[in-house]
Amino acid sequence: MSSSPATILYCRCAYAQVVPTGVKNDVLQQLCASEASFETVSDLCEMAAHRDPRLQAIASCGKLRIAACYPRAVKGLFQQAGSPLPADTEILNMRTQTAQEITDALLSESSIQQPISSIEP
Amino acid sequence: MITHTHRPLRVVLYEGNGSIALPAESRAKVMMALLDQGYTVTRSGQGASAMPHDDRSLLVLGSFEGKAPALEDATGLVSIDTRDITGLDPDAIVALVGKSRGDKPMNEPGKWKPWFPVIDYSRCTNCMQCLSFCLFDVYGVSEDNKIQVQNNDNCKTNCPACSRVCPEVAIMFPKYQAGPINGDEINESEAGREKIKVDISSLLGGDIYSALKDRSAAAKSRFSKERSPDKALDERKKCLTKLVGDGFIPADVLASLPSTEEILKKAVIAKAKAAAALAAQ
Repeated sequence: MSSSPATILYCRCAYAQVVPTGVKNDVLQQLCASEASFETVSDLCEMAAHRDPRLQAIASCGKLRIAACYPRAVKGLFQQAGSPLPADTEILNMRTQTAQEITDALLSESSIQQPISSIEP
Repeated sequence: MITHTHRPLRVVLYEGNGSIALPAESRAKVMMALLDQGYTVTRSGQGASAMPHDDRSLLVLGSFEGKAPALEDATGLVSIDTRDITGLDPDAIVALVGKSRGDKPMNEPGKWKPWFPVIDYSRCTNCMQCLSFCLFDVYGVSEDNKIQVQNNDNCKTNCPACSRVCPEVAIMFPKYQAGPINGDEINESEAGREKIKVDISSLLGGDIYSALKDRSAAAKSRFSKERSPDKALDERKKCLTKLVGDGFIPADVLASLPSTEEILKKAVIAKAKAAAALAAQ
């Protein structure tokens, strides 16, 4: 098991609803019920279409675990937006996997949130 | 590239030191509602935070018990606003975010579908077939002569036709329902069987899709003998109409096809671009 922490990213697929609603809701609820910090975006496709600079920030923040859709598509979206994902990025597919499989993988020991920059009021 | 980007606010649900955590159910409800409205949201928990730098404004929500701290980005690049959500229910929190955003425009789900081709460069052989095939100038060639998606806002929503004719199954539409167009893994034996080379002349002949189904040499020979701009366009129209009937191409895409003259002009330009790029490889 890798000892390096991973950043968790959840994609809501809000613009087209091709991810089953039950799965994406369950994954988010389980993330919210955990202690983990995580990033969420409304729709990675929409961000890639706009070459959203946040994709670059995500791709450059170290080890990643992404809950979205097909890995080939997710990698292609980041690459096409000019922000290729690190080779060791783990992509969980909410279109084919169960919510439990996904959250187990996202929240496994090595996925404690990687701090990118801190804010302490 | 689509340029109408409006995402003026990034929301941080701060539950670290100095802020009381929301109940899990409320946290999930708030995050779902904000994501479904188009916001990006960070949940920043105890002991760690996750805030990739970004050139936008941050709205930090926390149960600060009436004492929302004033925060300033050390780099001076990001404006940070804080709001106290102590005692607010999820609906009120979502309303507070909307109020903070004010009348700044924002991309919102439901108003547009992110529909554009995504190239799997691990499969793409740079054959330029998609460049020749697409009538809407979605594809272009990079400075180093690589095929790329240059005008994704030209792509016709729900039309995955270029993906169907890619000989390497390298073009994906992530919002499509079925595989492998949606990015699903590819059955290599099926991918080999589907390989077909076409050029713009076959598109003008209206035979490209039927060629996918019937690739006999006789049909190809007949096609090339009978090729003429008028006849080809008639056949193409028939073929496209059939494709609409079969559900392969949406009717509104067919209705928005360029004129005959424009198609011929585009064909010449696309072919020249593809030839130049291939020659330079």
